Amino acid sequence: MNFFNILAEPVGVSHYLLVGAVLFTAGVVCMVIKRNALGVLMGIELVLNGANINFIAFGSPVLRGESTVSIGLDGQAIALFVILLAAAEAAVALAITLNFYNNHATVDVDRAEDLKG
Amino acid sequence: MELEQTLPILLGLAWITPLFSFVAILFFGPRMGTHGKNAASVATAAIVCSFVFSLSALLMWIGVHGMSGGSHGSHHVLLTDSQTVLVAGSAQWNLADHQASGSEDASEAVHPAHDADAAGVQPEDAHNLHHSPDSSDSHGAGAHVPISYSGDWYTLFKVGSLELTIGWYIDALTLLMFVVVSLIASCIHIYATGYMHDELHEVIDHEVHLVAGGHLHRPGRFSRFFQSLSLFCFSMFGIVIAGNLAMIFIFWELVGICSWFLIGFYYERKTASNAANKAFILNRVGDFGMLIGLMALWGALGTFRFADSVTMSLDDGKPVVAKGLFNLVRPAENDHQLIVPDGMVKASASGEIAGIMIEHATRPRDGESELKSRISQWRSDGLGSWLLIVAGLGIFCGCVGKSAQVPLHVWLPDAMEGPTPVSALVHSATMVAAGVYLVGRLYPILAPEVLLVIAYIGMITLVIAATIAMVATDIKRVLAYSTISQLGYMMLALGVGGWVAGLFHLITHAFFKSLLFLCSGSVIHACHTNDMRRMGGLAKVMPWTAGAMLIGCLAIIGAGIPFVIGFSGYYSKDAILAQSLSFVQNNPSHQILFLAAAAGASLTAFYMFRLWYMTFAGEPRDHHVAEHAHESPLIMVAPLVVLSFFAVVAGWSFSGEGGLTGLLEQARPAGTSEGASHGLLQVSLMIPAEHESHQGAVHRSATLVAFTTAALGLLAATSLYLWKFVSVELLSRMFGPLVIFLSKSWYFDELYSFLFMKPVLLVSSLASGTDRHAIDRFVDGIAWCARRLAVFDDWIDRFVVDGVVNATAHATWNIGLKMRDFQTGKVRQYVMFIVIGTIALFVLASMLWNSTIAG
Repeated sequence: MNFFNILAEPVGVSHYLLVGAVLFTAGVVCMVIKRNALGVLMGIELVLNGANINFIAFGSPVLRGESTVSIGLDGQAIALFVILLAAAEAAVALAITLNFYNNHATVDVDRAEDLKG
Repeated sequence: MELEQTLPILLGLAWITPLFSFVAILFFGPRMGTHGKNAASVATAAIVCSFVFSLSALLMWIGVHGMSGGSHGSHHVLLTDSQTVLVAGSAQWNLADHQASGSEDASEAVHPAHDADAAGVQPEDAHNLHHSPDSSDSHGAGAHVPISYSGDWYTLFKVGSLELTIGWYIDALTLLMFVVVSLIASCIHIYATGYMHDELHEVIDHEVHLVAGGHLHRPGRFSRFFQSLSLFCFSMFGIVIAGNLAMIFIFWELVGICSWFLIGFYYERKTASNAANKAFILNRVGDFGMLIGLMALWGALGTFRFADSVTMSLDDGKPVVAKGLFNLVRPAENDHQLIVPDGMVKASASGEIAGIMIEHATRPRDGESELKSRISQWRSDGLGSWLLIVAGLGIFCGCVGKSAQVPLHVWLPDAMEGPTPVSALVHSATMVAAGVYLVGRLYPILAPEVLLVIAYIGMITLVIAATIAMVATDIKRVLAYSTISQLGYMMLALGVGGWVAGLFHLITHAFFKSLLFLCSGSVIHACHTNDMRRMGGLAKVMPWTAGAMLIGCLAIIGAGIPFVIGFSGYYSKDAILAQSLSFVQNNPSHQILFLAAAAGASLTAFYMFRLWYMTFAGEPRDHHVAEHAHESPLIMVAPLVVLSFFAVVAGWSFSGEGGLTGLLEQARPAGTSEGASHGLLQVSLMIPAEHESHQGAVHRSATLVAFTTAALGLLAATSLYLWKFVSVELLSRMFGPLVIFLSKSWYFDELYSFLFMKPVLLVSSLASGTDRHAIDRFVDGIAWCARRLAVFDDWIDRFVVDGVVNATAHATWNIGLKMRDFQTGKVRQYVMFIVIGTIALFVLASMLWNSTIAG
């Protein structure tokens, strides 16, 4: 099977992508199944980091097998942006969560139904 | 000041004062005293002012020109000579004045421009102050020229040589008319102040029965009455002073509308409003003819002015004389004899003129000279005569309407519906006088054939009206028919060449007819009925009225001692009969004119004394009426006394030639004193000179005939109504059909009803039927179709257009409601949706990728 051949190959982009995909999926699943707002936030972090791994993998000339093309920092730069955004987002989200807790005495996202149409 | 400057000012003031009164009462009438009581004072003051102005103007005239008339006596010739010089000098003054001011509007020409022409004074000569014209030939046979002044106050419009102005033409006739009209109107105003006092408070009109039952209650209209009277006097003065035909026509119509106001004064009464309409409409019929006459004159001659006018030429500053109607028809070069004017000859020969002009197209000057040489040829061929006759007849049509001649006389008896002072005013000095006055004024331009028509119309009128008056029982209707009959006399007199006789009778008649009407008003005021059959024996209770009415009756029948002295009517009626006799002696085929006039005199005496006996003499027939009767108040009796005085003395002449006839003789149109030797078309027709009828056998026999006929009539009336030799009832039974025929007024109303009203009503009912059943149906059908279409359109709008819009909105609404269910507010669900959606997108993209890009 093609999928299992990956284990026999030397470490390359696809391995990183696989790890990123596992992380992403895990983050999504976490977001979906966790009712605790903090759990959801963790899921988000996983998703972001899964994406980050993709950027890093595609951004590495070593991993791409090319040595001459770019300055070699574009993927990493975006990953840094994502980390920065994740931090800012976590700060805002935790503030929202804290306020929600203050108002409702819970962090269960299913109780946050005020946006129901 | 000179006479020609003073007279227009005085008469202009006399003319305009009643207008001021009219305007004042129009705006402030109801606020003048309680219920407008002082409106009477305002109107009376205005008309008395007019009288004073007119009288002073007349006295000034007499002071300069004397009272004696015409072409008799050497003293007069001398007087006129000096006057001619004076006139020439003042003409120069006027011209110089115009040169200085540069005004061309107020072209005050002094007329004797006739005089000046006849005397050989050309306007250029007038520059020489010391020029003494040799005027001996101006007073030769047939060349007597009236003294007159004319000019313009205001120009309405001016196009080329055509212009319409508000101007004056003043001669002795104008002055006399002014004095007579203002004097009688003053008396009537004073009388009306008493007669109309019922109108000062709320009036209960017993002749108007309301549908709801009972009688009409309305506020009094005292001030309105005097307002109309003032306008009436203003209009009549306007006709008299007018210097051209257009102005006469304007005021002619104003008189018509005033009569409409006044006859219809009690307009709630159906009879009164009908009578007002009848008077107005019949006058329109006459005025239609008058318009034709005016068009003939204007179209052919291009002027409406009576007298010549002198204006300054713009080019060289020399005076330009524009000939007036009188000088065109009776040019001074032709010794003031009637000829067809060049304009009318040219209008009739337009075909030949066009031919000549084409022939000489290259040299138009030759064409014009040939035209000039041919005009006299055409004139002797009779071209243009018809135009002159049509013009004269047309204008006479207007006079037939205004002066109530057959066949347009039927409005006048109905006009009795107005208050009695109005009847007096309308039937003596103003409205009906206007027609006779106009014939007199335009006498110079009337061809002998036209005069013959006028004479016959007058003759027919006087006989018909007199016979009807014999059987009428309404006191005012007797007087109305008497008026028509006397107007017929005037027209007859004018028609047979008695210019002075006709206008003399107009003036004397104005006095005694207004007197008679005011007396009848006094009787009606006392008895509250118009029916003579319910009166009788009133002389005892109302002696003043009875006496005044007796004087009026004697005056109208021309009572007098032959050849010695008489009432005013004696002189004027004698003059008419003498002139008729002179006419029939010269034209034996027209004998009937004299016979009818003589018979009319007899009838006049009969019906007038029948009236007097039935009203005042004998025993009271209706005791209720007799007990109620009383003498009228002083304010009503005083005018009767004044008018009685004039009814007696108006015909008297003072110191030989003086008096009314002398004054009228001064105004005699140029060239008419010798009559006419032949007509335009009818060579045998001869109009005799008027002075011939004043003397010798003609005058003697006419006087005797007049006296005998009047005496016979008086005798008949006395024996029937006072001595009662024969029972009147028996006589009326004997002549039953005749009496009915006469009391139905010769069935004129029925005839007109059958000839004109019925067809008109038939046509109008046909037209209204067509309108109602064809045109209305058609329009209604179209409207019905449109309505149906609109209903259908409404349905489409409501169900199709609105339906689509509503359905869309409804669907959107429902979709929105459905979509709402997705918005659960649960974050985790949203994440699930995102995931599922992303996966679905990927699946879709990967499925379509090949087919779109690669495939």
